[in-house]
Amino acid sequence: MSDDMPFRIRGSYRRLATHYGADPLHLLALLACFALAGYAAGRVVAAGIWVGFLVWFVGAAVIHDLLLYPLYALADVAAQRRPWRRRRRPSGTSAWPSSINYLRVPVALSGLLLLIWFPLILRLAEGNYHRSTALDTSPYLGRWLLVTGVLFAASALAYAIRLRHHKTSAEPPPPLPAPRAPRSSPSG
Amino acid sequence: MSDRQNANAWLRAHPPPGPFRPAFWRSPLRGPWLTSVFGLVLLFGIPIIAITGLVSYAAYDPQLPINDPTPEKGWLGFYLFDWPTNPAWLYRVTQGVHVVLGLTLTSVLLAKLWSVIPKLFTWPPARSPAEAVERASLLLLVGGALFEFVTGILNIQLFYVFPFSFYPAHLYGAWIFLAAFVVHVAFKLPKMVRSLRSRSFLRELRTRLDATRPEPPDPDGLVPPSPAEPTMSRRGLLAFVGGASLITLGLSAGQTLDGPLRRTALLAPHGRVYGPGPNDFQVNKSATAMGVHLADTGPAWRLELAGPHPARLSRAELLAMPLHTYALPIACVEGWSTEQSWTGVRLADLARLAGMTPGTAEVLVESLQRGGSFSRASLSAGQVADPRSLLALRVNGADLSLDHGYPARIIVPNAPGVHNTKWVRELSFHPTAK
Repeated sequence: MSDDMPFRIRGSYRRLATHYGADPLHLLALLACFALAGYAAGRVVAAGIWVGFLVWFVGAAVIHDLLLYPLYALADVAAQRRPWRRRRRPSGTSAWPSSINYLRVPVALSGLLLLIWFPLILRLAEGNYHRSTALDTSPYLGRWLLVTGVLFAASALAYAIRLRHHKTSAEPPPPLPAPRAPRSSPSG
Repeated sequence: MSDRQNANAWLRAHPPPGPFRPAFWRSPLRGPWLTSVFGLVLLFGIPIIAITGLVSYAAYDPQLPINDPTPEKGWLGFYLFDWPTNPAWLYRVTQGVHVVLGLTLTSVLLAKLWSVIPKLFTWPPARSPAEAVERASLLLLVGGALFEFVTGILNIQLFYVFPFSFYPAHLYGAWIFLAAFVVHVAFKLPKMVRSLRSRSFLRELRTRLDATRPEPPDPDGLVPPSPAEPTMSRRGLLAFVGGASLITLGLSAGQTLDGPLRRTALLAPHGRVYGPGPNDFQVNKSATAMGVHLADTGPAWRLELAGPHPARLSRAELLAMPLHTYALPIACVEGWSTEQSWTGVRLADLARLAGMTPGTAEVLVESLQRGGSFSRASLSAGQVADPRSLLALRVNGADLSLDHGYPARIIVPNAPGVHNTKWVRELSFHPTAK
């Protein structure tokens, strides 16, 4: 064993790190990850379900990233550039406080509930549901609409309170804000 | 310096249009602190969902004959142990938590993905082999998380549109996801801690919209180079996501409870109220759907006992044996549960009648039902020996209804719902393999 062995090891370790772009332990951890995931994937193959599994696994990521996200982000942008948006009032009177979040929040919460429970709400699994529970899914659409209605009503009430506060505290009118970049959304 | 760095610099200067350009992303709220807050919630939540899920796998006692819906699991079943009968409410809690917490964290998962989505379009896609390999693991992480949430959420609604059996897909998908989750946490934990320390949480909770500013630029490019004016404060966004979690929780948690609170489960498949009668609680698989008819369960019905001393017993003969009453829960893998008061013959007494000694006897239970994945189930020696394990004949003082398993059904403390076999036809006692 030569004396410069540790140096050589350290040198090749450093070379590996440079070529790889991170500490080789990073690679080791990822190899362990792929080994376990690969083994589990092997079980999927053994179960004879790998085609459907792969389609749904990749499909879930693709549908979220390239369909669900763009849809809700675009809807959010559209809601903020809505054509019926009030023009700025003549100077001297204060602008109305932004209503976007009072629209955004109930729409998003109602949409999330629909996203999770659409098979029940849209009665897509009626046969299975009836076989399983001896009941039908007829109440769910009404319940979802009820929750949605309550969310919008609560939001409208909150906006009304906000408006009242705004009016009583708006004297004298604050100076108009300097023109800034167009409003965008957290979704954008 | 190196060719790679030159190439990276050139690529970075020439991104494709649209989301590949940093200026495309405008949200003033995206940043490492915000991502870390969502990450912290998931760091605690995901392991709870994972552990309760693996516990549910063990609850099926897959080492017993015919119980394992995933016979090809290989090493992924290494954690197996005999499922206990104590405490009787354990599975009710673990599986209720698994399902309800999964529903609750759906909004946090979506928020976390929203907060990092610009990184999907990073240009160049990888600056080094290390980044390329790590991004491949992120496909397993994101695909795995979404796959697990989607299959779980569809399954509890009995919407079997996926072209595979739920049990193997959800179990193996979980292992693929967990492999990626563990390395992701290992890589990102230091950055998460640093980011969380970069801002005071309490100060964020006091910061209104007009004082909301973007986080300082970060090397990962989460903070946009040209942020738009905020339309929501950071605390507003956190309240929004937290509120979404609470509303999902509040509208589904009732399906794990009995009494008036069950009515709060407006959006949950098994949160329904059946009525006030002794048999008016959740049905899982109706008699008609399972091909069980009154003719099969009438006076001609006999319970077959197989063992060293085989026997055939009518319902009247069973009712003449010592009867015992226990309040025990039925807890389904789909997350709902209910506790009822069951009266019947101890499985241990039936084992003795068949010539076996409780403690060394397992039983294979067979139902009258035609088809269905759980027309048969094995119970362990410990389950047979527990004095509260019954062949139930009555519930809440009344005869079982046909939908609840008349003439006789199994009720075992802490067993998953589908192992409480209904319309029992035969009990085959046999000695334990060990």
